[in-house]
Amino acid sequence: MAVKSQEERSIANEDDILDVRNSVKRVTALLNFSLVNQTKIISAASELARNTLEHGKGGKSIIQLVTEPERIGIRLIFEDTGPGIPDLARALEDGYSTGRGMGLGLGGAKRLMDDFDIESKENEGTRVTVTKWTEKN
Amino acid sequence: MDRIPILKIGDVLLVTIQVDFHDRIAIALLEDLSEKIVDNSAKGVLIDISALEMVDSFMGRILGNISKTAKLLDCHCVLVGMQPAIAITITELGITLPGIYTALTAEDGMKLLTDMVKSKTNGKTSAKKQEAKWR
Repeated sequence: MAVKSQEERSIANEDDILDVRNSVKRVTALLNFSLVNQTKIISAASELARNTLEHGKGGKSIIQLVTEPERIGIRLIFEDTGPGIPDLARALEDGYSTGRGMGLGLGGAKRLMDDFDIESKENEGTRVTVTKWTEKN
Repeated sequence: MDRIPILKIGDVLLVTIQVDFHDRIAIALLEDLSEKIVDNSAKGVLIDISALEMVDSFMGRILGNISKTAKLLDCHCVLVGMQPAIAITITELGITLPGIYTALTAEDGMKLLTDMVKSKTNGKTSAKKQEAKWR
């Protein structure tokens, strides 16, 4: 997988979530994702950015345009240096929340995207990477 | 701070969400709307979300809370204009919005609200009649 371009955005307050959403929207439109897939990617980005802000106490997001021989995609990385997630399996369950959401953030984002990866270390932080692919045209 | 305008049409309050629905605006809407429902003795709230390009779980929770709060204040709430892409996405995300009434267009939503208000008033009248009978 090759990274064609990327932009980085810090997530320090609620307005930043909006900025992340708008950047992601721009890239999904550029990649000609269908409207449904655009909506799914923007929603996943919003969920994950909110996690970074609320649970990770802020951090950053990296929005990448990635390519493989047969396909092209958008990869989103959300990083924080917060408390980490002690019980990853549980955090991925629907309805488990320690914040203000519905507890659908991680599991929901996983369902909305094609690839999902999470690394978390207690007291060091969390890094979530998600990718959605589209056929090259 | 940006606020979402709330228009009054008869017994109904009309809210059209056209701005980026971010957290502070969403919470302010919940508070403004609750006050307006009480001040105007509104019987219905119509929330138009046709301009929204996404609904995440936070917004879903706020919309759910608006509906529940309205219900406690003797007011019905109908959500109109949800884009198909949003319906698909929030279903996959797992947002169910229990107890929320929806209609495809503002016109259908108005009809639904009018019917709901009417049936409730009729229900009250018949209850009163019933009470009178018992006396």
